[in-house]
Amino acid sequence: MSALVEVREVSKLFAPRLSLGEKIAARLGSVIETRTVHALDRVSLTINPGEAVGLVGESGCGKSTLGRVIAGILSPTSGQVRIAGEPVMSGGRRPVKRTTRVQMVFQDPFASLDPRMRVGHTLAEGPIAHGLVSRTGAGAYVAEWLEAVGLDPDFANRFPHQFSGGQRQRIAIARALAMKPDVLVCDEPVASLDVSIQAQIINLFLKLRRELGLTMLFISHDLGVVRHVSDRIAIMYLGRIVEIGDARRTYANPLHPYTQALLDSVPKLVLADDEIVSFKAIHGELPSALSPPSGCHFHQRCPHAVDLCRSEVPQLREIEGGHRAACHLAPVVDHSSAHAR
Amino acid sequence: MSALLEVADLTTHFMTRAGVVRAVEGVSFEVAAGEVVGLVGESGSGKSVTGLSILGLVDPPGRIVAGSIKLAGQELVGLDGESLRRLRGRRVAMVFQDPMSMLNPVLTIATQMRLAIEAHESVSKEAARTRSIEALAAVRIPDAAQRLDAYPHQFSGGMRQRVAIAIALLHRPALIVCDEPTTALDVSIQAQILTEMRGLVRDLGTALIWISHDLATVSSLASRILVMYAGRIIEEGPTAAVLRNPRHPYSRGLLESLPFRVEPGRDLQQIPGSTPSLLRLPDGCAFRPRCGQATELCHKMPLLERHERRAFRCHHPLPAEVGR
Repeated sequence: MSALVEVREVSKLFAPRLSLGEKIAARLGSVIETRTVHALDRVSLTINPGEAVGLVGESGCGKSTLGRVIAGILSPTSGQVRIAGEPVMSGGRRPVKRTTRVQMVFQDPFASLDPRMRVGHTLAEGPIAHGLVSRTGAGAYVAEWLEAVGLDPDFANRFPHQFSGGQRQRIAIARALAMKPDVLVCDEPVASLDVSIQAQIINLFLKLRRELGLTMLFISHDLGVVRHVSDRIAIMYLGRIVEIGDARRTYANPLHPYTQALLDSVPKLVLADDEIVSFKAIHGELPSALSPPSGCHFHQRCPHAVDLCRSEVPQLREIEGGHRAACHLAPVVDHSSAHAR
Repeated sequence: MSALLEVADLTTHFMTRAGVVRAVEGVSFEVAAGEVVGLVGESGSGKSVTGLSILGLVDPPGRIVAGSIKLAGQELVGLDGESLRRLRGRRVAMVFQDPMSMLNPVLTIATQMRLAIEAHESVSKEAARTRSIEALAAVRIPDAAQRLDAYPHQFSGGMRQRVAIAIALLHRPALIVCDEPTTALDVSIQAQILTEMRGLVRDLGTALIWISHDLATVSSLASRILVMYAGRIIEEGPTAAVLRNPRHPYSRGLLESLPFRVEPGRDLQQIPGSTPSLLRLPDGCAFRPRCGQATELCHKMPLLERHERRAFRCHHPLPAEVGR
């Protein structure tokens, strides 16, 4: 089966713009201290048609940047993203997105909807501009999508402030789907919702996947949510994918020490009176993306690190049946002592 | 044993232009010395306002309109600003979700901690510094002596929250109210802070009210849990017992909507509808319009019924599991 989404060796650097003085100084030959953030470091990923891939990691790991690069909101510094063989971005000095095959749903439904636009207008704007629907047919088209996400078609005449957070997220999902994308990138779509509303939106995603055969990239810091909606999961750490594999298998048998530690830090519901949960907290903090550590980015916090980890970048390699990890030591990692602090 | 904190019939309203927002409505509970109590609910349930009321931090248009809050026997409701200031930080402290909301961005941590110490004690600068370093070291801030002279923006989110906790602990208060203290943090940092918090309260005998929407974090820390909905406590009891066998349909709904309860990919149990507006609460039980068990009887507000250590506010409680 050929992949629908192909992310090839994508890197994304964020460099602050130089001031005029710095530009002159650079011309004159002095070395300017750059503060470049390496948000993505040669990331490759493929998503098959109809598949849902979960992307997890802590803040600053680059998961949102990767989502935005795939959705064509950011252009990569190097590398390319293709959807069904077509590049998402045009070439040239100022690349622009040139496909509607990928759409995005954002975290905050209060920020992602234009407060002064009626919901119907918000939903119809894109499809009309891209000729998916005529101006006269827009009303019925909007009603159809509102219904698909579980909203009353009459809501088309309302403004975003008249809706609750959960309803707004439904509107944002309808807006993305009305463009008839092949791929939906969802960046923390339930993170700002209450628990009881989260369940409603997760169920909506499950239903839409079943009915529309959507291909999804589901970005979240919440490992429980990601596990529930994803077929495969990818774990990112400081700009690189450190592990990727079948969701169930990865949760049951994580291969990378970072994944193991991350899974262990998730608080679990305690149901016995005498049970004392021990968190195996990861030692230390996420290093700065301005000056990432050499070799494996995780080596400073890893209980197993050896000299090789400090000097050489581990490549993602297949460990067992499609389950890949970027660790020199995998799979020899000893699970029982993996989290010694 | 008499309780450290006794909250009785606390009612806090916000007088807004749109009407009276009944944020907290007749809330009663106790916290024993050294006890960790979890206060759980969704946004708008009144959990944060309950915490702010205890510290006398409800600002107009909000007001405590009725009820009593006693800390070690002393009535806090109705105290003037000066008396409250003498208590805050010394007897009772608060940690917020966003540590930047309590740290001053233009002062070094050293200055802020010295001011916090001097608010209640007169000490020399050197003594204040030594105590600050000890406090930072206690919450495991590496190189505390050097980091003391840094500004808040030079700390990461997790480190800032540690500073906030260190400041809260400076005067060894009997009670700390923590309002979603780890919600904004990454899971690995949250795990570190939860572990440390648990150690600190055990060593110092500090009582905690841990306010959170996250049942899992609360369950790993609190021995007792209070579930709030639309301004009222609807269920209360030992944490594990409540989570294992919730008696209120809302508590059960919250638990069942968590993803790990079902096979991945299957539909989650969901509570229909959304939380009611506090301006226009339905009559009777506020959960009635979303509840599968609701009957005519539910138009009358149920009382908080107590059965030994458990309590719930429901006309049609879920069956108690026996033999477990």
